[in-house]
Amino acid sequence: MSAISFPEPALAAEPTEHAQPRRVRRWYRQPALASGLVLLGIILIAAAAAPLLTPYDPIKENLSATLLGPSAHHWLGTDQTGRDTFTRLLYGLRTDLRIAFIAVLFPFCIGTILGSIAGYYGGWVDTVLMRLVDIVVAFPFYVLLIALVFVLGPGERSIYIAITLVGWVSYARIIRGEILVAKRQDYVAAARSGGLSSIRIIGKHLLPNVITQAFIYGMSDIVQDILAIVTLGYFGLGVPPPTPDLGSMINDGQNFLPTAHWQLTTFPGLAVVVVGLSLSLIGDGLADLLRPGHS
Amino acid sequence: MTGQPGTESFGIGSLLPAAAGGTVAMLDVRDLHVQIAARHGTVRAVDGVSLEVGNGEALGLVGESGSGKSMTLRAILGVLPPEAKITSGQIVLDGVDLVPLSNSDLNRIRGPKMSMIFQEPMSALNPVMRVGNQIAEGPRVHLGYGKAKAAERALELMRRVGIPDPERRFRAFPHEFSGGMRQRVMIAIALSCDPEIILCDEPTTALDVTIQDQILRLLARLCAESGVSLIFVTHDLPVVAQLCQRVAVMYGGQLVETGDVRDVLLDPRHPYTLGLVRSAPDVDYVRESLVPIPGSPPSLVTPPSGCRFHPRCSFAEEDCTVLPTPLRELPGGRSTACLHYERCQEAVAADRAGS
Repeated sequence: MSAISFPEPALAAEPTEHAQPRRVRRWYRQPALASGLVLLGIILIAAAAAPLLTPYDPIKENLSATLLGPSAHHWLGTDQTGRDTFTRLLYGLRTDLRIAFIAVLFPFCIGTILGSIAGYYGGWVDTVLMRLVDIVVAFPFYVLLIALVFVLGPGERSIYIAITLVGWVSYARIIRGEILVAKRQDYVAAARSGGLSSIRIIGKHLLPNVITQAFIYGMSDIVQDILAIVTLGYFGLGVPPPTPDLGSMINDGQNFLPTAHWQLTTFPGLAVVVVGLSLSLIGDGLADLLRPGHS
Repeated sequence: MTGQPGTESFGIGSLLPAAAGGTVAMLDVRDLHVQIAARHGTVRAVDGVSLEVGNGEALGLVGESGSGKSMTLRAILGVLPPEAKITSGQIVLDGVDLVPLSNSDLNRIRGPKMSMIFQEPMSALNPVMRVGNQIAEGPRVHLGYGKAKAAERALELMRRVGIPDPERRFRAFPHEFSGGMRQRVMIAIALSCDPEIILCDEPTTALDVTIQDQILRLLARLCAESGVSLIFVTHDLPVVAQLCQRVAVMYGGQLVETGDVRDVLLDPRHPYTLGLVRSAPDVDYVRESLVPIPGSPPSLVTPPSGCRFHPRCSFAEEDCTVLPTPLRELPGGRSTACLHYERCQEAVAADRAGS
C-alpha cells in the first residue's frame, strides 16, 4: 500500500534542476533575408551616396547634351534636357525611398494602435473601428489613393496623408486579429492577475508578441507604397518637378520610346522592380525568421 | 435523518475550526455564482460556493475538470474571461468586497494583496519578455520601485525560489527555462509584491513528478516563511494532503464537502469524495484496488435536479433526485452536502474492515 504523505517537516531544502541552453536563429542563415538585405543595402548606399557617385547635377539642364546614348561619361545616357539619367535615377531613388519609408510609418503606428484597441477592448469600440476599416477597404487601393492625392493636391505632404488614410486599415486588421488570439493566452490573464493596467498589458505584453506580423506586412506595404509613389509621379501627382522621381522619369521617357531611347524608361522601371524585389525578399525572410515554431 | 434541506446556510466559514495560523478569515467568499454565456445556454460554472481562508492557511480546492475550481479562482481575482460574469455573491478580502470594484480599483489589489500561479508556466509567462523584467514589473508598478531597485528585488526573489545563477538568468527568456524553472519564475512573480494570498491553479499538474515535489516543497517553505495564505486548486489528492490544512471538494460547480484535510481524505462523508479517494492510486486510504467513479461530470447548463452527483452515486435514493443539497454542518468542524452521508461512513468502515 502506498502512503499518503501528510506534511512532515521533510519539506525542507528542495533540489534544483538546470536550465536549457539557449538556441539562436541567425538572420544570415535565411537566404531570402540575407540576399534581400544585401540588395537593399546596395540600393540604399547608392541612393545615399549619390553626390559621391556621380559628378552631375540631377536638376540642372544641359541643352548641349540632350538625348545622348549610354557612354562612359553618361552611363545611361541623358534625357531631353541633357540631364544625366544615371544621376537622376540615383536621386530619384533617394526621393522615392525616403517618401516610402516615411509614409509607411504613419499607417503602421496608427493602424497598430487602433487595431490593438479594437482587439483588446472589443465591444462597440471594435464595431465602430472595424466598420470604418470596411469602408476604406471597399475602395480599391490605388483608386482611393489617387483620388485623395488629386483632391489634396500634388506633393509630398499629400502623399503622406493619402497613404496614411488608405494604409492604416491593413495594420489595424492584422493587429486586431493577432490581439484577439493573444489576449486569450495565459500570460495576459497572468498580467491581469498581477494588477497591470490595460494600457500596460497592451503596450508591454501584447504588442511585443504580435508586432512582428505588422513588421512583416510593413515590408510588403513599403513595396506597395513605392509603387504608389511611382504611379503618382507618373500621373504628375507626385513630387513636383524638377525634383527627380522614378515615376515622372518613366513618364517623361516614354515619349522617346519610339526614337529608341529605351533607357530613359527602362532603367527607372527596373530600379522599381529591384527595390520591390529586395523588400519582398526581406519580408519573406523576416516572416520565416519570426514565425513561431520555424527553425 | 436528512434534516431540513434548504434551510441551512451555504456558508462553511462558521463550521471551520480555528485554523492554524490565525482565526480571522482573510478571504471570505460568500455564495458565489458565476455564469458563462455560451451558445447552447447559460453555464452555471460556479453555483453558490462559499469559502473561507484564514491567515497563513492553505486551502485545497479539489474536483475534476469542469467542476468550477478554476472559475472560482478567476472570479476571486476578477480575471474571468469576457463571457463569464459573477451574477451574485461576495468576495471579501480583508473586509473589502471585491465584486463591485472597478477594474482599476482591482488593479491596486491584484499583485500587492493577492496573486495567482497558473497551471502552464510556459503559456503564463510572456514569451518575448526577459524573465527578470517580468518579475520586476509588479514591484515597479505597485511598489513604485525604480528600475534598479526592482531589478534588485527580482534577483532576491529568484534566489528565494531557487533559480540558480540569478544574475545571468535575469536576462533570459522563458523558453530558455525548463518547466520547473518556469514555475519558479511564476512563483517569484506571484510573490513579487508580498501578497497576503496566492491562488494556485494546479501549479504542479503540468510538471513531472520529481519537479512537482520540488515545487510543492518550495511553496510549503515560502508559506511557512512569509505567512502567505494559499488556495490550492488541484485534482491531485496527495498534493492536497501534503500542502493543505483544509480541503473543499467541488462537484458540478458546487461544494460537496469541506473540512480538515485528514478527516476528509481518510474518512469522507460524501460519496463523490469517497469516489475520488478510492480512485486515487497514491492516497493512504484503506483500499487495495482502484475504483473509478462511473459516468461523466454533469452538464452545467442543465444540471441534474436535487443532488448533482445522484446520477453517478451508488448510494442515491429517491430524495436525492429532488431535494436541494446545501452543505450541512457535521461534528468536527466539517460539512457535507450528502443527504445520506451515514452510508458513506458505513462504506468507509466496510473498506477499513475489508483491508
